[in-house]
Amino acid sequence: MKRQRPLSPHLQIYKPQLTSILSILHRGTGIGLSMGSVILVVWIIALTFGKETYVLYSTVINHWLSLTVLFGFTFGLFYHLSNGIRHLFWDAGYGYDLKHAYISGGAVVFSSLFLTILTWLIIYFKVN
Amino acid sequence: MNNNIMENKLNKVQAMKSLKNHGLAHWKLQRISAIAMVPLVIWFTSSLMLVLINGYEQSIEWLQNPFNATGLILLFGILYFHAASGLQVVIEDYVHHEGLKIVSLILIKLVAFVLGVLSILCVLKIFL
Repeated sequence: MKRQRPLSPHLQIYKPQLTSILSILHRGTGIGLSMGSVILVVWIIALTFGKETYVLYSTVINHWLSLTVLFGFTFGLFYHLSNGIRHLFWDAGYGYDLKHAYISGGAVVFSSLFLTILTWLIIYFKVN
Repeated sequence: MNNNIMENKLNKVQAMKSLKNHGLAHWKLQRISAIAMVPLVIWFTSSLMLVLINGYEQSIEWLQNPFNATGLILLFGILYFHAASGLQVVIEDYVHHEGLKIVSLILIKLVAFVLGVLSILCVLKIFL
């Protein structure tokens, strides 16, 4: 009953390019952000339960391991945001040709790195 | 006989049409929630940096502002809608076992719904 249909792309012979890596990274960051959003729920629950719980939450979140996760989370957030805007332009019918796909791809890489570094510089100077 | 075949074909076409419309509605809602997330994410990350790292009292005070509470409720609601619709597409693309697909789709929506309700309730409790 079920026919085996050909699947593409054929990953074993597929040469990765900037555009394909950015495409899969959009899904990857989407999945990561969905899981990471639980941190936000823990944050709001900790606030609801009062100061003691919040202090405990702060202690855990200020551990270098949590901060590393948060750093990854912010990069994922800015990447998904930038590339999401790129996708919305595509959906509206703009920038589909190869040249502009590469230009917007480069812009996405630049803006997500720039926003991540900027965010953590602000956090660093605000805390210290 | 001929009539029967025609009727069958008509049924098939109508079934496909309704499937197609369903897919289109999902596609549209995913984009609309994506557009809504753009200002919400920018607002939230900048507020987070400027206010929330200051500690418990400032965070509570921030949440008692009706505009911030409204923004946060919108953020949580749309975030979990967007996350569920994105994860749904990923599951539909990669999970080929029919039973596993249905179970994971239901589970994703359930978890997203619970997390959304829980976080919005927390915002309300702090605000009120």
